[in-house]
Amino acid sequence: MFASLTPRTLTLAALCVAAMLPLSGANAQQATEIQVTYDGAFQPSELHAPAGKAITVKVKNNSAKAMEFESKTLKVEKVIPSKGEGVVNVRAQKAGRYEFFDEFNEKARGTLIVE
Amino acid sequence: MLAALIIVFREVFEAGLIVGIVLAVTRSVAHRNRWVAGGVVAGVAGACVVAAFAGALSQLFEGMGQELFNAAILAIAVIMLTWHNVWMARHGKEMAGELRAVGQAVAEGSKSLLALAVVVGVAVLREGSEVALFLYGVAASDGGTAMSLLTGGVLGLALGGAVCLLTYLGLLRIPPRALFTTTTVLITLLAAGMAAQAVAFLERANWFTALDTVVWDTGWLLSEDSILGRALHTLIGYTDQPTGMQLVIYVAVILVTIALMRLVGSEPPRRAAAAG
Repeated sequence: MFASLTPRTLTLAALCVAAMLPLSGANAQQATEIQVTYDGAFQPSELHAPAGKAITVKVKNNSAKAMEFESKTLKVEKVIPSKGEGVVNVRAQKAGRYEFFDEFNEKARGTLIVE
Repeated sequence: MLAALIIVFREVFEAGLIVGIVLAVTRSVAHRNRWVAGGVVAGVAGACVVAAFAGALSQLFEGMGQELFNAAILAIAVIMLTWHNVWMARHGKEMAGELRAVGQAVAEGSKSLLALAVVVGVAVLREGSEVALFLYGVAASDGGTAMSLLTGGVLGLALGGAVCLLTYLGLLRIPPRALFTTTTVLITLLAAGMAAQAVAFLERANWFTALDTVVWDTGWLLSEDSILGRALHTLIGYTDQPTGMQLVIYVAVILVTIALMRLVGSEPPRRAAAAG
């Protein structure tokens, strides 16, 4: 298999990937941006966003430990190091309540209300 | 303590399944323990490095470093698994016959072992870096709770090891003749699932936005977060809300694997190495 990974094959693979790139980044601009800070608990613990639009949640972790921002229903999961900030991209959602939490400390929970 | 146990176990679970499969796949290959152990050790070391540089990593690519890193290492695992399958298509029959060319098969077998060791390393690295981060956090907290959390963590690790052992022993119960086909199918689906996961990471990073709408939702039937859902997520890439692109890539990996296996398997062994 390695023998068959000729430069030609690789170029072809690279072209396939490159062909897909222009399709990306389209909805990055019009995303709703939300800020949330974490210090053992989410602040604020209730977020609001409009339905049908991509959402960018900026999570600032002020605690001394790493945390993992996770939501089962939003299908996101992201490690945010101590004193760091993480950007979580959420695709456009239907109206509803979506719970999120810190996977390393499940007592810290919050809700994103899409309306 | 229970919380720590659950967190660690959840992370180790996937890696345990994958290591178990690799052990079963390579059961008759000489020195395989060395390779698999090497993969685990490299994975753990890598996980610690990734955890230590988690901050820097997440800052890369406009905050999407983690996602792209995960997608990249998953892609490596997909290539390695596919290569293993293709390699087995050519040499599997000889090795199953056991009589022929043990020397040559072992020499070339080490190439396939390297591929699988990489897969093990990648699985351990991905899951391990979260465990390492969690345990770093534990170490940073105060004494009493730290001890109990650590105990939970170690128990979680042990349970992950048990999953690995059970997977391995379970697969060994399959008769040798059927084992080759079973593991080929398992590895193909594992690769397709990993490719679909890689797509999910690229979608989260906003690098892939084509066909990124959810096609169906089977969460009511089998949640991805149930223990069975998680096992199927690792093994065959089950996800309760797949996007169009994930499905396309999933099917593509399976078709490419079948095509490559047919192509290489039908060629005479000697010429196959020169082709390409």
